[in-house]
Amino acid sequence: MFGYVMHRLFIMIPTLLVISALIFLIIQAPPGDYLSTYMAELQSQGEAVDPGKIAYLRAQYGLDQPLHIQYIRWIAALLQGDMGYSFEYGLPVNEVVGDRLLLTIIVSAATIAFIWIVSFPIGIYSATHQYSLGDYGLTFLGYLGLATPSFLLALVLLYFANVYFGISIGGLMDPVYIDAPWSWAKAWSVLEHLWIPVIVIGTAGTAGMIRRLRANLLDELQKQYVVTGRAKGLPPGRLLVKYPLRVALNPFVADIGTLLPEVVSGAVIVSVVLSLPTTGPMLLDALRSQDMYLAGSFLMFLALLTVAGVFLSDLALAVLDPRIRLGGGAGR
Amino acid sequence: MNDLLAIRDLAIAFDLEEGVIEAVRGVSFRVPVGGTVALVGESGSGKSVISQAIMGILPRAAQIRGGQILFADPAQPGSVIDIAALPPDGAAMRAIRGGRISIIFQEPMTSLSPIHTVGNQIEEALHLHRRAGAAEGRELVIEMLRLVGFPDPARALRIYPFELSGGLRQRAMIAMALICHPALLIADEPTTALDVTIQAQILKLVRDLQAELTMAVLMITHDLGVVANLAEEVVVLYRGKVVESGPLKDIFHRPEHPYLQALLRAVPRFDMEPGERLVPIREISSTSGQLLVSKEPWPQGGDAAGPLLSVRDVSKRYGLRKGGFLNSRSTRGLLAVDDVSFDIRRGECLGLVGESGCGKTTVSKIILRALKPDSGEIRFNDRGRIVDVLRIGSDDLMRFRRKVQFIFQDPFSSLNPRMTVFDIVSEPLVIHRIGDAAWRREMVKELIELVGLDVRSLKRYPHSFSGGQRQRIGIARALALKPDLLICDEPVSALDVSIQAQILNLLKDLQDKLGLTYLFISHNLAVVDYIADRIAVMCAGRLVEVAPRALLFRDPVHPYTRALLAAVPEPDPDHPLDFDRLMADKASSPSCWPAPFTIDGAARPKLIHLGDGHYVRASDGAAALELAS
Repeated sequence: MFGYVMHRLFIMIPTLLVISALIFLIIQAPPGDYLSTYMAELQSQGEAVDPGKIAYLRAQYGLDQPLHIQYIRWIAALLQGDMGYSFEYGLPVNEVVGDRLLLTIIVSAATIAFIWIVSFPIGIYSATHQYSLGDYGLTFLGYLGLATPSFLLALVLLYFANVYFGISIGGLMDPVYIDAPWSWAKAWSVLEHLWIPVIVIGTAGTAGMIRRLRANLLDELQKQYVVTGRAKGLPPGRLLVKYPLRVALNPFVADIGTLLPEVVSGAVIVSVVLSLPTTGPMLLDALRSQDMYLAGSFLMFLALLTVAGVFLSDLALAVLDPRIRLGGGAGR
Repeated sequence: MNDLLAIRDLAIAFDLEEGVIEAVRGVSFRVPVGGTVALVGESGSGKSVISQAIMGILPRAAQIRGGQILFADPAQPGSVIDIAALPPDGAAMRAIRGGRISIIFQEPMTSLSPIHTVGNQIEEALHLHRRAGAAEGRELVIEMLRLVGFPDPARALRIYPFELSGGLRQRAMIAMALICHPALLIADEPTTALDVTIQAQILKLVRDLQAELTMAVLMITHDLGVVANLAEEVVVLYRGKVVESGPLKDIFHRPEHPYLQALLRAVPRFDMEPGERLVPIREISSTSGQLLVSKEPWPQGGDAAGPLLSVRDVSKRYGLRKGGFLNSRSTRGLLAVDDVSFDIRRGECLGLVGESGCGKTTVSKIILRALKPDSGEIRFNDRGRIVDVLRIGSDDLMRFRRKVQFIFQDPFSSLNPRMTVFDIVSEPLVIHRIGDAAWRREMVKELIELVGLDVRSLKRYPHSFSGGQRQRIGIARALALKPDLLICDEPVSALDVSIQAQILNLLKDLQDKLGLTYLFISHNLAVVDYIADRIAVMCAGRLVEVAPRALLFRDPVHPYTRALLAAVPEPDPDHPLDFDRLMADKASSPSCWPAPFTIDGAARPKLIHLGDGHYVRASDGAAALELAS
């Protein structure tokens, strides 16, 4: 088991390196850099540009160096926890991201919890009552959730939240608390605003999860060991939880790895519509203006999330399923 | 009333979309206290449905339409419960299920949960029905595991089912069924998925435990050999009805119902007269036209070049990959085929016998060039011209493939469900570009009549045929290219006894009619005995004994062959298995064989000729052999 963990950890290093190189290349692929974009913008507004200042800035940020030197400097700084400097905001990336990262994690965690809490009972009910009226009804609702564009749902919910609960439109907190230090009242305001993005982002995920749990569980319910459990005299409820549900969980645990980045990045459009102070909209801007260090740091953060998520789900799988833990690579 | 279980006029129907299927139609029989009753029938006869009804675990679509299942528990004298009237998931039924009546299933691979330890699953059954503390419960489980023959019961508690062999898994399943000391054990084809030597051990175990725990056994099987060795009373089912029932000897010696008589005649036995034919319940009428018989003639003196197929010193090692690409450890591999040599003469049938995993299928794939051996040589005599099978180029390989064809084990997955029978049978002709459309149509017609199917079936798809009919389609396809050598890999092991007899007779007739040569691979010694001229016994990748059929059965020399022969249950109550002579698990591990036969790091014996074409793998030195025989 120890060897397995070490092996998995070790393999994360080359994976992340390859990802970082790809990110760097893709961001740098369009011609020019942030400064040339910036210059073009200034010129189109008829303002004079001091070539000396641009050259100074270019030297300052190493943009006059060859690509591979820039890459190595970026990675070396990243390793020391220095995420670089955002041209657009004129601040170090750490400060720009600041609260946004925390809020993103809060929204994502709440969304994942929402997906699991809602989809589990429904999935189990649908599988154990296959082809019943309830199954059809819930399936219909699920498809509705899958098919509704999330930004539409977001607008509708915003309207009702404002009309019936008096919650301010957009954002993750009441405008008074923005830039205010954290307090109980601010936390409460965040909670008040949280449910809309959670429902909006979570709906599609919930519907998908219900379908998958239902299909997995239906497969497992056909298996011979379930009949064995019945033949032992196990009550139906205990039988369901101990055997088929436990095995049907595996694909979910395996999903954690992909779920994390999906929730973080998939929420960009919704975040824009809801004007959430999360990382999604910021990433979009940074990519558009070739704000290299901001965009690169974000993408690396997503990549790290994915790799770490896959690692965690693999660990959880090994703990849950002895066939993975003990089987190793060798079959019979 | 001395009956533990009495079934009266039981009727069960399946409510399916296609309509109502009456699976069980008025069945009555009884199981006495402590007795053994065998429920015999072909697949689809309703025997498993009856067992599910007794356990109250019928599938949702099935419904008990009438009748009673009366259970008189000896632990509560005087009370009689009608299981058919109990709600299947109610507390009363759950107390009986697993507590007083237990069941073991056919598939030991899938009937245990893969992610719970053996100890956990057995203890669960115990705690459901008996009040016992955690420590006491563990003791009881260890005791039961010891009783069913686990070598290290305390360790077995923490083991997962996938770490066990098939035989041990079935033992764990039996331990789980018996942990609460039930009054009745239902064994639903408990040994069908196991090898003969393991089967004999499990049968012995069931018999011993039955005496020790004084329980009754309801054995559900299609294998008359198992019935003859275990049962006291026999109930024969046919299409959901009891056609005959009575004590074991009456059933075997004085069968009255025509179905039973036919069934007994269809089973291959060891004591058959030379030339005696099996009598299938329905014989296939096969006709052959002139296209098939007009074969390229075998030139005079063509046999002088050598036997039809000669396999020499073939070895194959499967690599086992461990870990990922970054920490690939040294690959040791599994020696699947080790130094195998044999000849097949033109016109004979060589039977290749061995347990699952012994390498017989690997050998057949190597002959077909579907797998590349690590070393060795295979030579094929193509009408006097010797072909080096392992080294021929693509043109010669196409020619070779026309000469050697294959019949598969599973008639269900070996036919493409989206092709019509005509397309399936004519495909080899298309691939090898033989004949024009009209000729092919004529040829396929002949082929399908040759295997006794109607010409009209050519337009249909495989799913509308039964297992035996599909296997005949597979045979027709294999014969389309007019091959010289047919490799049959377990062609009848998936079929019912009566269908098995049909196919075996068909293969025998075709051999005579078309001058075919067979390599017949099987784990069933009685089947091989019926069809083969010579038999090669394979174990752990090696041939251990090769001999003409009669000689092998009369005078087996190798301990493995002897163990194999001793473990085959004969469908004759007068020749019961000698359970005491069974070797334990050691029979199939070469390092445990006695002196001249031992194969381990030190000794690597070769095949030695004993005379009359009888070869055995043993260390050199005639003196040692004298001792053995």
